[in-house]
Amino acid sequence: MAASDTESAARIVARERAADYLVSRHRFQWPEALPWLIAIAAFFIFPDRMTFGGQVLIMVLFALSLDLILGYAGIVTLGHAAFFGIGAYTAGLLIARLGYSEPISTLFAAALMAGLVGVITGWFLLRYRGLTLLMLTLATAIMLQETGNLRSDLSGGYDGLPGLTISPLFGRFDYDLYGHVNYLYVLGVLAVVFYFVRRIVYSPFGQALTGIRENVRRMHAIGSPVHRRLVTVYAIAAAIAGVAGALFTQTNAYVTLTVFDFDNSAKVMVMLILGGTGRLYGAFVGAVVYMVLEDYFSKLSPTFWQFGIGLLLVLAVLFARRGLLGLFEDAGRRLSKRKKP
Amino acid sequence: MSDAALEVQGLNRAFGALPVTRDVNLSLERGARRALIGPNGAGKTTLVNLITGALKPSSGRVLLDGADITATSQAERARRGLARTFQINQLFRGLTVLENLCMTIGERDGHCNNLWRSAGSKRAVIDEALDHLDSLRLVDDSLKLVRELPYGRQRLVEIAIALAQKPRVLLLDEPAAGVPSSESHLILDVVAALDPDIAVLIIEHDMDVVFRFAKEITVLVQGAVFTQGAPEEIMANADVRAVYLGEEGHKGRRHV
Repeated sequence: MAASDTESAARIVARERAADYLVSRHRFQWPEALPWLIAIAAFFIFPDRMTFGGQVLIMVLFALSLDLILGYAGIVTLGHAAFFGIGAYTAGLLIARLGYSEPISTLFAAALMAGLVGVITGWFLLRYRGLTLLMLTLATAIMLQETGNLRSDLSGGYDGLPGLTISPLFGRFDYDLYGHVNYLYVLGVLAVVFYFVRRIVYSPFGQALTGIRENVRRMHAIGSPVHRRLVTVYAIAAAIAGVAGALFTQTNAYVTLTVFDFDNSAKVMVMLILGGTGRLYGAFVGAVVYMVLEDYFSKLSPTFWQFGIGLLLVLAVLFARRGLLGLFEDAGRRLSKRKKP
Repeated sequence: MSDAALEVQGLNRAFGALPVTRDVNLSLERGARRALIGPNGAGKTTLVNLITGALKPSSGRVLLDGADITATSQAERARRGLARTFQINQLFRGLTVLENLCMTIGERDGHCNNLWRSAGSKRAVIDEALDHLDSLRLVDDSLKLVRELPYGRQRLVEIAIALAQKPRVLLLDEPAAGVPSSESHLILDVVAALDPDIAVLIIEHDMDVVFRFAKEITVLVQGAVFTQGAPEEIMANADVRAVYLGEEGHKGRRHV
């Protein structure tokens, strides 16, 4: 009697412990404040580098959108720049051709356009996986770029749309030469989007995405509408990449067709892999490290700066398969193990 | 229309020039306990794949509760109550055991359409997942990643997922394959204790299990139904002994 009592008590404890893990997993943990505190601190420490800071945050946002599809849903793509480009040109064309320059509603328009293209292309492409998908996404980005080239009367071709002026933020704050307003603006947008992405990742839908990444055959077998889930997340990621693209146009006050470049798709993927996929903050770490090193190396050696980036990538693939965040996690785990005797 | 939970009519399928399923007719009544046996390469797993929709037949029909599901997607069939286990584990290896179960329940009940609330906020889902794990004595492993479990325990997760789908028709593809005999009894106990309303088709090589569990047996040879009937009839059938039992021998567990 007593034995079975302790046994059932132990079972209840085990159940509670297991349930607690799932119930509390999505709660905010204090280390998550760190990247945001650093971003705010950077504003005060490097006041003369805020234009660059804005660029970094835009790439964080772009990498975050890729993490949603690559890190969580396991969709490999080499054409993510397509959506960045759509967003960038939505913002650019609105100003240059329609004279519409209100920044925040422009972001919504960019998200809508990129999301729409995401739904349409995703609907066709996401039946494929692996190499096929890689090639098809790449082709999509190139086709969009060439469409822009074809209608250079609208897009400005490879010369792009120069000299775009954006209306003051909230009708009050003018974009200053030092990029201070822009930095805070981009940081604000990033924070809002990040909140959305974080909710998605910890939602039942987000769980289903990881299921698709882990074993798509099983997902079919348990009745998951896999294609619909993939198209949904692809469209969301596309919309976010579109916002990043629009911010890019607004930050630089110009846009050219190079935003659709393969380089841009590859770069964001390298950033994400460097930081660590499927862990939200990998986008932060990867984009910041990549951008800062690129900036540093290109000053060090304007011709051979890519060597440094290449070396970093090789090292990451060799020694940090799960990205820099993976390294941190391992170190953290080792530390906490040492604490416990 | 019969009240068969699952009916297969004149099913054919070929891989290139090789016919692997030839004019198969099969019917599972509600609560059926049918074993599908046959030598290696008889097309048993192919038949399961055709029934679940993982493969498309070149001709023939599959009916679930009397409704034609031949053109229905695999996922839709699953949502309508057709569940399976795989011969080789198909699990979410990088996720915890509990997440494997919660996801299954989430997809079953349509929770996974929700992008906003946290996955842990529906306590009923977690409790149900834990109930399923409890019945397979997996609660202690619930926070482990699936890939960290020994193969035999993973096999239990495979079955737990199928049960969490609350199926009306369950197809078990060698549930105890690859499990050490010290653990296989647990799996077989679970199979024996399944809800009597569920129609079960089990592919199994171990004749002890087959005769203990099944009330009917279908023998598949070279993609075609060789014969079917009650276990005693099949045992007594000299032809079956020749093609299957004779060849394979009544030697108990093959996968040890």
